[in-house]
Amino acid sequence: MWVEPNDLTVERIQFLDEHGKITGTMPEVSDEELISLYKWMVQARVFDQRALKLQRQGRIGTYAPLSGQEAAQVGSACALTEQDWIYPSYREGAACFVRGFPMKNFFLYTMGHLNGTDAAGAHVFPVQIIIAAQCLHAVGGAWASKYKKEDSVSVAYLGDGGTSEGDFHEAMNFAGVYKLPMVFFVQNNQWAISVPVRKQTGSKTIAQKALAYGMAGVQVDGNDVLAVYTAMKQALNRARKGEPVLIEAVTYRQGPHTTADDPTKYREGSDVEHWLAKDPLKRMKAFIVEKGIWNEALDKEEYERADQMVTEAFEQALNTPKSSTKEVFDLVYEQKTSQLKEQQLSLGSEEVWK
Amino acid sequence: MTVLTMIEAINLTLKNEMERDDRIICLGEDIGKNGGVFRATDGLQAIFGLDRVVDTPIAESAIVGAAVGMAARGLRPVAEIQFFGFIYEAMDQMASQAARLRFRSGGRLSAPMVIRAPFGGGVKTPELHSDSLEGVFLHSPGLKVVMPSSPYDAKGLLTAAIRDNDPVLFLEPMKLYRAFKQEVPETDYMIELGRANVVKEGEDLTVIAWGPTVPLVHQVAEQWEQQQNVSIEVIDLRTISPIDEDTILASVKKTGRAMIVHEAVKTGGPGAEISALINEKALFYLSAPILRVAGFDTPYPVPSVEDDWLPNAKRISQGISEVLAH
Repeated sequence: MWVEPNDLTVERIQFLDEHGKITGTMPEVSDEELISLYKWMVQARVFDQRALKLQRQGRIGTYAPLSGQEAAQVGSACALTEQDWIYPSYREGAACFVRGFPMKNFFLYTMGHLNGTDAAGAHVFPVQIIIAAQCLHAVGGAWASKYKKEDSVSVAYLGDGGTSEGDFHEAMNFAGVYKLPMVFFVQNNQWAISVPVRKQTGSKTIAQKALAYGMAGVQVDGNDVLAVYTAMKQALNRARKGEPVLIEAVTYRQGPHTTADDPTKYREGSDVEHWLAKDPLKRMKAFIVEKGIWNEALDKEEYERADQMVTEAFEQALNTPKSSTKEVFDLVYEQKTSQLKEQQLSLGSEEVWK
Repeated sequence: MTVLTMIEAINLTLKNEMERDDRIICLGEDIGKNGGVFRATDGLQAIFGLDRVVDTPIAESAIVGAAVGMAARGLRPVAEIQFFGFIYEAMDQMASQAARLRFRSGGRLSAPMVIRAPFGGGVKTPELHSDSLEGVFLHSPGLKVVMPSSPYDAKGLLTAAIRDNDPVLFLEPMKLYRAFKQEVPETDYMIELGRANVVKEGEDLTVIAWGPTVPLVHQVAEQWEQQQNVSIEVIDLRTISPIDEDTILASVKKTGRAMIVHEAVKTGGPGAEISALINEKALFYLSAPILRVAGFDTPYPVPSVEDDWLPNAKRISQGISEVLAH
């Protein structure tokens, strides 16, 4: 019997529609959690917009905006516990902050500082640049926790574009074979720089790719923080039992790929409009206001608080002494080779430059 | 002391180290029941179990990438790439990930891991198995590249590689796996990484080699000494990253002549780096141009012609004559 790709129906999980109305049964999420999820999203949005502005002013370097993806990142990261690890790509600031990565250091990263990946002890692997390479590090991390019998799940964060890479498939394969405690969290934000998801894969959904590796997959509305949070909790329960899973969070990159990119060259304004209507913050706010646990005054206060926090983080980054070229030699090996020592010393003769 | 081939010495080292440190996990293709295609891990799965000697799917990038992830979280993986010719499959995980984790994390994480691979020519493998690609990794800061040339060195260097806190690429010359036996201490010893070995002292010419070409160069040097009364110093570099500059320079300053022998293709090979080093730091001690006897600038050839393509006794002798003519 032939197995046909269209035989499979993938039902997208959604609790909040784009107007913030509950569809189906409300998941078990306390009011406190609802507020917390929303606040993290506000903080992410404020950070993102500030970062964009700072880049335009030439005060930080290239930055990959995350606006539109707050629910996917915050919802997934909030479901994790202290002992879990995340392996982010470069567009995952919001998830990193939730896990304890200092915002100041994220700014340092965009400012080209050597300590820009310092997670200050949080279980956040250095941001990955090579697409999907982090999936294999998450495999190794999950493998280590399984071997050491730690109760820890490793989460690989990637995008729809990342699912085209060999490393993604090799990682899925290893996770399936060794039944590793890990989650592949794919934010399908519709665009990999200028290439739309339909040109990225012939697969009807990304969620169903899980099946080929003997894993379970699920597709969630990635702009519905409740759906993401709930699905991630389920995913973690499975992963802790040695059942790796894949989550496809369907979302949208509202901004450019990075600050070096102009998306009007390759996508229609109507596409953006369509997705702005599905904005993750807007619907969550409508929901909690309707629920009577939030109001405009609190909202204004929260945006101001976030604004203040981002300002402080950026100022701390600004006040951090710049990296010096001399430091780079100390980070290559545990002990400097004679070549590195010599090259480092050669920098000492500053009079050469005068 | 026991008398072992190189492959037996490697097997013994892995066994000893795994007994010593339960953070060590071996992973690779066919390394379990089969013991690896050359039997380097023979019997280890029976001793240490399925969790510590792991047969992986055929995916070199995943073998190296997973090892990076394990190492960053406190294990000491020893990964095997079945043949070094397949390493390009894992290039990003080697050069951008394993090599740079310490750097990228600002020194907070590291990847203490060993990537072992059989390499080099002369054993009539199918194509794309025998390439000497060590130069590629000499060009990847953050990795150490080690190549033993004897059973004794294999044990001491592999022990040091496993205990090193940086990623080490450990290249095992296939041709030497069972070429000869040597007395090897069963007890613990290490050979410092980055330290060359003067295999034979001499006064007239320095020949620098590593891995598979060392026994050959040594043999040719002995012949020259006996038949021509020419005294040749032979340096086994043991590690090409980092390079032991002191040993090379001291020798060249003494002999005034240098030749480098390697199986890797000539252009842009490690020999070019060593030659540049001598030029930068010992040019005025030289009486002759520095010569390289290396693989030709072609893809590694088919088995029927590989013996002529590789640096062989004839080509090494020709090189020696040429350097001595000055």
